[in-house]
Amino acid sequence: MKNFKFILGVGVFAAASFFFLSADHIDAPAVQGGTSDITDFYAFQGEDTNNLVFVANVQGLLSPTASASASFDENVMIEFNIDNTGDNVEDLVIQAIPRDGKMYFFGPVAPGTTGLSSTILTNATQTVVDITAYGETAMTESSNGITAFAGPRDDPFFFDFNQYSAIIGGTATAFNNPGTDTFAGSNVMSIVIEVPKAMIGGSGTINTWVESKSK
Amino acid sequence: MKNFKNIFTVLLVTLVAFNCSDDDDATGIVTPTGPDFAGTYTQQDQMGRPAVNTVFVSSGSKDMFNTTVPTAQSGAFQAMFETNLTALSPAFANAGDANALGQDAATFTGLLATDVLNVSLDGTTTFYDGTNVLTGRNLADDVITVELLLIFGGEDFTENPTLSNDNVDVNDKAFLTTFPYLASPW
Repeated sequence: MKNFKFILGVGVFAAASFFFLSADHIDAPAVQGGTSDITDFYAFQGEDTNNLVFVANVQGLLSPTASASASFDENVMIEFNIDNTGDNVEDLVIQAIPRDGKMYFFGPVAPGTTGLSSTILTNATQTVVDITAYGETAMTESSNGITAFAGPRDDPFFFDFNQYSAIIGGTATAFNNPGTDTFAGSNVMSIVIEVPKAMIGGSGTINTWVESKSK
Repeated sequence: MKNFKNIFTVLLVTLVAFNCSDDDDATGIVTPTGPDFAGTYTQQDQMGRPAVNTVFVSSGSKDMFNTTVPTAQSGAFQAMFETNLTALSPAFANAGDANALGQDAATFTGLLATDVLNVSLDGTTTFYDGTNVLTGRNLADDVITVELLLIFGGEDFTENPTLSNDNVDVNDKAFLTTFPYLASPW
């Protein structure tokens, strides 16, 4: 980029960014603001380094007031997909779906069929945790080496989205220093599951992604 | 293990059935009333790496991107990604131009268009920590600055410094070192 000349492609990119909001918050018209809108996805080594942690957040930008009444949608299943053979097709899934104040996790388990449509794999290893209410201490559940949580948490994402928008919109030419975290003070509905690495491939590199699927 | 499970199930059923058999007044077999998980669930949203759909997919295609399986994403969207990347950071249109990973526009967008997160099961997991690249995503990883650097920062992360860092480097609450790792809500 030695000959870089800053000419922002405002036409193309302003259009491309109209719905843009950060990590995956409100990323597309069909899901924005709804209960199936994934805001973020994380996968990292656990405190016990034999484990891997998956985090899926949905329903972003919840104020503390909104968080008190927010809930997971019983018609929306969150599915963690794990490819451990390098072909970007899921070999294992972990499904999470709420019922009556509890989050039910199924898996890791090989899906009957891969792709865009799923049924709940109720014969798989099941982990059930009470959904933590706003203001309560986090309730977690461990069984079969798997630990699970579901409930409102601080949105872990941080970004000066407003200044980015101003740059893209042509009303600013640079980020501020220091910047301002647009997501400060906001919450998400969070699903966290920690599993032994041995259950998802053991070693090497996996490719992973998260999906929301609704009935 | 399947055989053991089956044997256990048979024993359990026998035990339960025996217990029930004492109760001749029972009106019939009671069906367990667990939650109903029946039905087909259809994909709505999808995410691998942070900010990919939001930055690189044009507005009319965002829902389609979310409902395209990863194996089909690169074929369907790489060209769009490259167009949008080059519009955002025109230097990428120059022959031989690359980001700090040594990727030209086609290679960089080819990687991003297949929207999966690569995660190592063998050690450090991070989006980028100065040494390890794309081995996972930690809560504390400053993924936006990493992506801005790869878009605007040129071959050595020194170009366009006012565009390649949003100067928000940490979360507004400290993360936990123990499960569930995320901070309590505001």
